Amino acid sequence: MQADVFVKKRWNSFIFLLILLVVTFVSIVITEFNMAKGLASLPKALQWGFTNFYPDEMALTKLPDILNKLRETVLISVAATTVGAIFAFLFALFGSRTTKVNGVLSKVSRGIATIFRNIDISAWSMILLFSFGQSALTGYFALFFGSFGFLTRAFIETIDEVSSSSVEALQATGAGYFSIIFQSVIPSGIPQMISWILFMIETNIRSATLVGILTGTGIGFAFDLYYKSLNYHTASLVVIVIVITILTIEYISNYVRRVIL
Amino acid sequence: MTTLLQLNHVSKHYGNDTKALSDVNFSVKEGEFVSIIGPSGAGKSTLLRCINRMVDANSGEIIFDNVDIAGLGKKDLKKARTKIGMIFQHYNLVNRLSVIENVLHGRLGFKSTLAGALGLYTEEEKRQALQILGVLGLQEQIYKRSDQLSGGQKQRVGIARALIQNPKMLLCDEPIASLDPNASKIIMDHLKNISASMGITVLVNLHQVEVALKYSDRIIGVNKGSLIFDGPPNEITAEIIEAIYGSEAGDLMFDLGGQYAG
Repeated sequence: MQADVFVKKRWNSFIFLLILLVVTFVSIVITEFNMAKGLASLPKALQWGFTNFYPDEMALTKLPDILNKLRETVLISVAATTVGAIFAFLFALFGSRTTKVNGVLSKVSRGIATIFRNIDISAWSMILLFSFGQSALTGYFALFFGSFGFLTRAFIETIDEVSSSSVEALQATGAGYFSIIFQSVIPSGIPQMISWILFMIETNIRSATLVGILTGTGIGFAFDLYYKSLNYHTASLVVIVIVITILTIEYISNYVRRVIL
Repeated sequence: MTTLLQLNHVSKHYGNDTKALSDVNFSVKEGEFVSIIGPSGAGKSTLLRCINRMVDANSGEIIFDNVDIAGLGKKDLKKARTKIGMIFQHYNLVNRLSVIENVLHGRLGFKSTLAGALGLYTEEEKRQALQILGVLGLQEQIYKRSDQLSGGQKQRVGIARALIQNPKMLLCDEPIASLDPNASKIIMDHLKNISASMGITVLVNLHQVEVALKYSDRIIGVNKGSLIFDGPPNEITAEIIEAIYGSEAGDLMFDLGGQYAG
């Protein structure tokens, strides 16, 4: 009997692997992807990268300009995240099981957050391009909507996870809604919420690059511009600057997270 | 002594067919120490939570301090809840706040929205908090974060939070289920002491029959949402235990003979 369980488990893994292989193969056939050709072109791509895609002296003269654009991007990301977080917190309070005011409002706010979350940031920037044109505002709102949707979801989970027990206790003492929010939900949830906000800032700086390409603002636009004008050396400098920025931000947010948790 | 709490025909079902409580009737006098025993899932927690409406009963009357709790509006319910302290199995403290802050949370029910949100407590309230913490032997822990305390200490903070409400009744939902025997004894002794010296009615859900026998003035036995037994500990017999727990009393891990030892 016991042996059967293990045999069954092994069969399950085998069937799963088989399905995976079939799916891969079918996709290759449908897309007419040539594995051998793909692999063969890899060295050539690398060679091109090493000969063209590195910053030279000329590129370094553009550095102040790039850093200026970078500052714009970082600030927009931070602003979009923090403002998004404020709205997300309000919606999370209504959406959470622990702190909801009533069932209808909870469903509505969860629904709104889901819509905002499931439309990708790049899609948002394309949509908003029509309303705001090629300006920093477009990028700002695209990031804002994306952060808002994601953070609402994350905050709902945080509130339900960390504060439901103490909320119950305070309700039992006869405390009012706002007392419960300020004395229990915020103190117990704040480290996780800050952690989520830091994570969102990181993600947004990454996305801001793409959004910048689409909306013609910030560091993404700088990359796009140099790349399309065949100035690969400067474009590579932009990439390096972005990577350094993201690593720095990640380091800072990891440090902050360690301190507050 | 006057009757403080009276439950008449209280029923509660979750969904359509899960009956949690069916037609529960009992009354509790002022200052009494009453234990509710029964197997897991018998409806002990639901019964306790129906009293302060953390769970809404489907039908029946819950008369506490001459007011029918079941019929109260939001505002009056909050006012009624300030007179009932509650203690939980998992303490339900705000872990990141200090002991004294957690204790003062018991006063939030008496505060205006603004004072409650900002956590503005009077000098008098703070003094009372310190005094209660002293009685419970937590004077060393006042400014510690609650998550640095042991289980027994956390539960004492829970008791302090309930006591600072100046309640007429304490509802204790499995207060010692997560504690070791030592800490359990300390907690039960404090609860007994509260009931005896302050005249506060105590209603405790318990898993441990011998603890219920030792500490209670009266025991209520619940099984499958119905009251099986309601009487003093010395009336409990092996047959009654069997009716409550649905097994031979001899199979259970306790000794009825020892009930008068403590």
